[in-house]
Amino acid sequence: MITQGFLTELAGIFPAERLLSERAQLITYESDALTTYSALPRAVVLPESQAEVIETVRLCHRDSVPFVARGSGTSLSGGSLPNEAGIVIALNRLNRIVRLDAEQRLAVVEAGAPNLAVSEAASPHGLYYAPDPSSEPVCTVGGNVAFNAGGAHCLKNGMTSNHVLGIKAVLPDGEVVDLGGESLEGVGPDWVGLFVGSEGLFGIALEITLRLLPQPEAYRTVLAAYNSMATAGEAVAAVVASGLLPGAIEIMDNLTIQAVEQSLDAGYPTDAAALLIVELEGEANQVQADFIALEKIIGTSAAYSVRSAQDEAERALIWKGRKGAFAALGSISQAYIVQDGVVPRSQLGAALAEIDEMSARYRLRVANVFHAGDGNLHPNVLFDGSQEGMLERAEALAGEITQMCVRRGGVITGEHGVGMEKREYMPDMFAEADMEMMRRLSREIDPRGIANAGKMFPGERVPGV
Amino acid sequence: MIRPTSPEEVQEAVRQTSALLRPRGGGSKSALSTPTAGETTLDLSTLSGVLEYRPEELTFTARAGTPLAEVKAMLAENGQWLPFDPPFGGRGATLGGALAAGLSGPGRYRFGGARDFVLGVQWVSGAGKLLRGGGRVVKNASGFDFPKMMVGSLGRLGVITEVTFKVFPLAEQFGTMELEYDSLNKALAAMTELSRSPLDISALELQLSATLRVRLGGQSPALAGRLRRLGELLGGGEAITGEREAALWQQLREFSWLPASHSLLKVPLTPARIPALEARLAQGGGQRRYSVGGNLAWVGWPGEVAEIDAILRALELSGLRVLGPPGSPWVGVPPTGAAFARRVKRTLDPQGKFPQL
Repeated sequence: MITQGFLTELAGIFPAERLLSERAQLITYESDALTTYSALPRAVVLPESQAEVIETVRLCHRDSVPFVARGSGTSLSGGSLPNEAGIVIALNRLNRIVRLDAEQRLAVVEAGAPNLAVSEAASPHGLYYAPDPSSEPVCTVGGNVAFNAGGAHCLKNGMTSNHVLGIKAVLPDGEVVDLGGESLEGVGPDWVGLFVGSEGLFGIALEITLRLLPQPEAYRTVLAAYNSMATAGEAVAAVVASGLLPGAIEIMDNLTIQAVEQSLDAGYPTDAAALLIVELEGEANQVQADFIALEKIIGTSAAYSVRSAQDEAERALIWKGRKGAFAALGSISQAYIVQDGVVPRSQLGAALAEIDEMSARYRLRVANVFHAGDGNLHPNVLFDGSQEGMLERAEALAGEITQMCVRRGGVITGEHGVGMEKREYMPDMFAEADMEMMRRLSREIDPRGIANAGKMFPGERVPGV
Repeated sequence: MIRPTSPEEVQEAVRQTSALLRPRGGGSKSALSTPTAGETTLDLSTLSGVLEYRPEELTFTARAGTPLAEVKAMLAENGQWLPFDPPFGGRGATLGGALAAGLSGPGRYRFGGARDFVLGVQWVSGAGKLLRGGGRVVKNASGFDFPKMMVGSLGRLGVITEVTFKVFPLAEQFGTMELEYDSLNKALAAMTELSRSPLDISALELQLSATLRVRLGGQSPALAGRLRRLGELLGGGEAITGEREAALWQQLREFSWLPASHSLLKVPLTPARIPALEARLAQGGGQRRYSVGGNLAWVGWPGEVAEIDAILRALELSGLRVLGPPGSPWVGVPPTGAAFARRVKRTLDPQGKFPQL
């Protein structure tokens, strides 16, 4: 627990301007992007070196003080929600790009480096970092690693986990470990694979070695409008069945299109019931051959309007709308909860129809924008938090959607992580023995239960929430 | 030897054994599947069969002892494949064995390794519990990623009983450029340049001494032009297509180039470390194939294990023995993560039913 002695020792590590304890300063950190949860930490520290993080974690371990590591607070699952009895270790200043090795196509970065900063640093070498969550300009690599962040281009290139080669981490008891290395291959169990997505329960990644890819030589981005979600879904199935492997296949529904057009003016057809985005990427002549095949498939689908980006500016506009979709929902609703369940692709149509039915039953609007190629839904449950009981109704609807995904053979989260928000649904997906094994492993690595305590596992108490 | 035919029988075997258990699939990797003194073989070849395959989902689920060859044929009928291209299918290797050994073949270069395609596992822990991790859909961030942890675990964290993999559409056509270099450095320079180029390369390998092989795959209409472009970039080379091309990669996957008397080792590294390794190995004989754009050395070693162990230690490299006499699977310096490994091993196998990591 936090004692005066603990705070005095923290003050020995951090100068006053990097140790926040005034209420007005702490409020910035009380929530992440899941604003329906909030808790005020006792203190926030802003380390600028890995040594400061390690020292802080050791102090927390010694005094059994809970800590939450935080990047830019963009978690949609409440993953970086503070603990009222503990401190927040805010990592934005631990943001160096330590090394960029273009010949070996890798970058070594500190946890607080923003996702997009990696691609920017790699760009002069014709390389980029592939995972592209919508929050990429601000979200940090450390946060991406903790929650195995995804993005629109997972279909071909995978999630964060598929791009991490090595991790230097401080475990919750203060021991520093190196996992993985610089090679694409390894021997022994894939500890990097286990660490990525462990939601902060295994400690804090300090330094991360990332794989870079050559920038695609060419893109072809196609926008197709449909009169129904079902026909758009059929087009996705046809593209996947054709043997093409697009970089991204995205769908958004009419409510989302309306929201995007109101605030971003992306040039989407506002009368479409469903808008499909398919993007091909890669070597120019290969992309051209794929594009001819794709045009045929989309041409024979039920699309009533099809256009493809003619230049990089048009492509950027299409993506601006898609990546800004979550934020744009703010223009049509006071608040919303985004869900992240995955269903088998063949279940997409049925799952969306069921969401429609639930939406009517709960009398709440649901805006759908999702990674169709992966079967990764993002139903946004819209509500007004100022109305009595509406948040609870929205949460109940969101929970029912999550359970429906599991019932259809899917999972509760594709890329946002379990965090606070979906922890009660873990038992829908995992048997008691599976849950027990995860809990035991968590306890073994964090015997005092201080690292991002309360996340992922149902029923764990988080003081102040 | 115990030959379970169901996950429940695997549980039974784990609970009742007093000896250390060594899981074995097809026995294609002799250095890993041959028991040492005090160990009992748990033969999983009888735990076999595809449980679910839906081509439109690009996923399948199968028992761990299912032969790779069977899966490969099943996928090929639907124009799909396991892009990490696991080796030794021709020697009877199984899905579970490929995963536990953590071996990927030439296709690893473009799309990723076993770790990038495994979606779910069912396994029996050291306490005899039947557990699951991951899921059956292509994207998942729910709970700890036990499926990835099993990659390379050699059956020492638990016995894999069932696996779910993601698959990809198989390229309509493949073509390969082969080019011989008169020096290692020139070949390495060409390999590095290619790996940074925007060419969509399926496999990139260097066989000593010093043949560079570059594989392209994709739509048939574009392939000839792409091979021409590759040839221009390389300044020469022979284009290989058709059955000869398929046979070439099949031979590499099956290690036909390796003399029967040699041990085979997997040594992960980076391209920059190849010259130092070559300087040592060139004196000791043996054969080398640098796969995955120089991220992986397959070393065929004619001598004693202790010799190659010393060489790798001197270079601070870790290796895994794949073919050869039974004994410790590890050579060179220990893999990273030992402190983390101890904690996980204690949790998953508290009574030490499986050999130490």
